[in-house]
Amino acid sequence: MSAGSHAHGAAPDGHDVHDNEAPHGSLQGYLIGFVLSVILTAVPFWIVMAHVFKSPTLTAFVVMGFAAIQIVVHMIFFLHMTPQAEGGWNLLALIFTLVLVTIALSGSLWVMYHLNANMMPTSTMTAGNAMGGMDMASPAAAQDSRTMP
Amino acid sequence: MSSSSSLAAADEHARAFHLAVEEDHHPENGTMLGFWIYLMSDCLIFAALFATYGVLGTSYAGGPSQAELFKLPTVALNTSMLLLSSITYGFAMLAMAKGNKGATLIWLGITAFFGAAFVGLELQEFAELIHDGASPQRSAFLSSFFALVGTHGLHVSVGIVWIITLMVQVGQKGLVQANQRRLMCLSLFWHFLDVIWIGVFSFVYLIGVLR
Repeated sequence: MSAGSHAHGAAPDGHDVHDNEAPHGSLQGYLIGFVLSVILTAVPFWIVMAHVFKSPTLTAFVVMGFAAIQIVVHMIFFLHMTPQAEGGWNLLALIFTLVLVTIALSGSLWVMYHLNANMMPTSTMTAGNAMGGMDMASPAAAQDSRTMP
Repeated sequence: MSSSSSLAAADEHARAFHLAVEEDHHPENGTMLGFWIYLMSDCLIFAALFATYGVLGTSYAGGPSQAELFKLPTVALNTSMLLLSSITYGFAMLAMAKGNKGATLIWLGITAFFGAAFVGLELQEFAELIHDGASPQRSAFLSSFFALVGTHGLHVSVGIVWIITLMVQVGQKGLVQANQRRLMCLSLFWHFLDVIWIGVFSFVYLIGVLR
């Protein structure tokens, strides 16, 4: 791999050769990545369009699982992500970004879901009281609405 | 291996000795790492847009939902266009590694074609949605949908402009070192956009129609 890139990158001044060590991948690598991506794309489309699973929640988890695997496949075969790339700084930056993305996504969804659930009871509390149910939900909702500024 | 070759070169040119050895310890000139960090910051933009869509994706305001709007066969066609453009860009990089200027230009042109097909299909989808009254103003769901998918489409459009620019540069200057570096940056950019699209078609379209 690096021998090949040295051979074609024969620059007049010696140090330019080293600028060219980032991997270009191989034909085999690209084809493996492409075939895997096609499979990992086709299967979730088929699962959703053919209604393979009865439960939407299970289907959603399976689809996200396939997406996660395909992202890893792209990282390895198309973006040539290796622990050695750029002396490990590429991978470190990626891991740092993934941590931030996880916090941003899960944090947003978590906080806003609870905010929705706690803001809702002003309407559902009256409905719940009218129906004589929802005893579990209403005290908590009342407490939350008191702590609201 | 690289140090021995540079030492051999240094024997011939004594003046180049310090330069060659010092360059050896630097990982290239940092362009690829810098561009990668740019991509990671771009990733954070998309994370914010995904989070926005995740929060607002069910706020229909009495308007249409994902299941009523999305046509999965179109999305599948769109996805295949982007995936094909990814592999053809890979072939362009392989041609570049062999120093084959003509093949590089041809594969870049095919990549730009698939990218344009992707953007064209997406614009057609947007036009149909807006024509049916599902415009960004209709509901919070549609605002966040257009913001997320539109930002991705804008990135792809800029990528196409970049491909055409580099095709002109490679055509005029050939596969010189600077052009190889630019092509490698664009390679990261283009494959990165495909990675984002995996999230879009899974999280927005496929899971969307389940709701």
